[in-house]
Amino acid sequence: MTTAVQPVAKQRLADVVFKTVSTTAGVLILIALAGVAIFLVAQAVPAIIGPLPGIDGGFFAWVWPLTFGTIWSAFLAMVMAVPVAVGIALFITHFAPRRLAQGLGYVVDLLAAIPSVIYGLWGITVLAPFMQPAYTWLTQNLGWLPLFAPPASGTGRTILTASIVLAVMVLPIITALCREIFLQTPRLNEEAALALGATRWEMIQMAVLPHGRSGIIASSILGLGRALGETMAVAMVLSSSGIISFALTAQQNPSTIAANIALRFPEAHGITVNMLIGSGLVLFAITLLVNGISRWIIARTTVKGGR
Amino acid sequence: MKLTKLGRTAVVAAAGALLLSSCAANEPAAPAGSESSAPESTLSGDLAGAGASSMGAAQEAWIAGFQTANEAVNITYDPAGSGAGREQFIAGGVSFAGSDAYLDDEELAGTFGACVADTLPVDLPVYISPIAIIFNVEGVDSLNMDAATIAGIFSGEITNWNDEAIAAQNEGVELPDARITAVHRSDDSGTTENFTQYLAANAADAWTEGEFETWPAAYGGEGAQGTSGVVDAVTNGTNTIGYADASRAGDLGTVALQVGEEYVPFTAEAAAAAVDASPLVEGRHEGDIAVELDRTTTENGAYPLVLISYAIACTEYNDAAQAELVKAYLSYIASEEGQQAGADNAGSAPISDDLRAQIEASIEMIK
Repeated sequence: MTTAVQPVAKQRLADVVFKTVSTTAGVLILIALAGVAIFLVAQAVPAIIGPLPGIDGGFFAWVWPLTFGTIWSAFLAMVMAVPVAVGIALFITHFAPRRLAQGLGYVVDLLAAIPSVIYGLWGITVLAPFMQPAYTWLTQNLGWLPLFAPPASGTGRTILTASIVLAVMVLPIITALCREIFLQTPRLNEEAALALGATRWEMIQMAVLPHGRSGIIASSILGLGRALGETMAVAMVLSSSGIISFALTAQQNPSTIAANIALRFPEAHGITVNMLIGSGLVLFAITLLVNGISRWIIARTTVKGGR
Repeated sequence: MKLTKLGRTAVVAAAGALLLSSCAANEPAAPAGSESSAPESTLSGDLAGAGASSMGAAQEAWIAGFQTANEAVNITYDPAGSGAGREQFIAGGVSFAGSDAYLDDEELAGTFGACVADTLPVDLPVYISPIAIIFNVEGVDSLNMDAATIAGIFSGEITNWNDEAIAAQNEGVELPDARITAVHRSDDSGTTENFTQYLAANAADAWTEGEFETWPAAYGGEGAQGTSGVVDAVTNGTNTIGYADASRAGDLGTVALQVGEEYVPFTAEAAAAAVDASPLVEGRHEGDIAVELDRTTTENGAYPLVLISYAIACTEYNDAAQAELVKAYLSYIASEEGQQAGADNAGSAPISDDLRAQIEASIEMIK
């Protein structure tokens, strides 16, 4: 406490402490990331280079259908979730009465707090049996489309069901971010559009959406990250096998990397463990790639739309 | 009323002793387990085990029963899976393991963390459980099938419930003209391994992929996670069929297997009979009881679609206290009382007296 006499010295100490703390935090996250990467690579190498018993074509032939399933299910989820999320965010920010908007925003945020295992339970006990008759109808009437190739699943545990569950799970993330972004649209731009005689929808088209474009992309990428990595819900809901198929309502569906690890790790031993960790490395790489691409898109659109 | 009061006291005593209510109903006066062991147990300490999830429910019952009789002992069992259990046992992380497969030669050639160097651990078949083939077809409670028909259904060759192969074995049963949805485990599982082993042994022509843990895509069907997942999928779906631990069959229809000339529905006795009719694996070390399940048995009343789970323990422990605990715990598991607790709680089949005598002889070797 003797240093308290010199206010200048005290402030320096706080500066030093704060700088050290924040630098340590920054370095720690890098160390954690590097640690995960090193662990994945070290454990995956035996599976990538070595011969795999009972698997034709080596590691990459084995992991490719899983990669496909991961991307396909996440893509389907995004197709369903993004328009709805943007719609909800617009409704909350520009259409709903203030009181309703607050309540609705709160409810959507609540969705994010539900654990994924609950979504999984809901998926198998409620959604799958509920959707099953619809799938049968789709295969009977739209069966000529490869997406609805017959026969339909008898239990409804298809990749479409899994994607709907995923869509509901990523919805709150995208909605919450979009809502914040739409609220930040400059008031002047909105009022200028309205003053020029634009309807509310035209105002949103001219002022809100262009302003929020990079934000919508960024929030979608965050949601995509969750959809790609979601494990428990997919493992519980999806009737999976190692195939590649675009069919949405079939008995057999491509598995995802994360769900496959969760399903097989408990009984895995020997080289299978390395294979599973290797597939984890692939997922890690996909996530990095997706994030990289989104950074690039955001950087590009911000420059274009910057005003 | 007096009865109610008595009953209430019994329940309170039981709850206090962490007993299951079923035990309280059998023996309201004294906690279960206190009869077979010494009235005042001298055992104390912690005992950790890990392994097969198949015997997870039975382990819970055994732990509850054993700890009631030996209050100073604390046992944990982590149902992490057979492979994980064996790995932890080999590394010395746990003192005993549960496993759906016995230790193979490669594992026996290595070292075991908890055991004295150059001594071999033993496999003891303490958990026998029939696997039921369950189905959900309206108006049908049970069906007769031979292995070839079951193999046809699960490999995607037989796709309709009114197929000739099924109808021929079930005269008088009204089968719907509906597509079969065959549900299998999407996670790697000892249940799948035992199921496919049975099919490969009995219907090699129809079941060409042999024995496996991971379902091949070529066979089609729907996957579901875990025993509960399969039971859920079969229950919630229509015209579905699957396989699951018999204790979970519930109200679903079940298949009677063709054994010899007759059809045998699953029962605990039939499962134990199938194990008794099977020889031991030859060339195993002293004390080890690895059963070579005879899937093709024609023994009267045997149900060969069973799962055996082993308790794996050292014959000589580095730590004498652990040896004493393992010995006492395994003795309890193998005892009539322990087996009954497993049957009540997990629906397993109590082992026969012959097998019990062999297991007890092996447990005697533990030091």
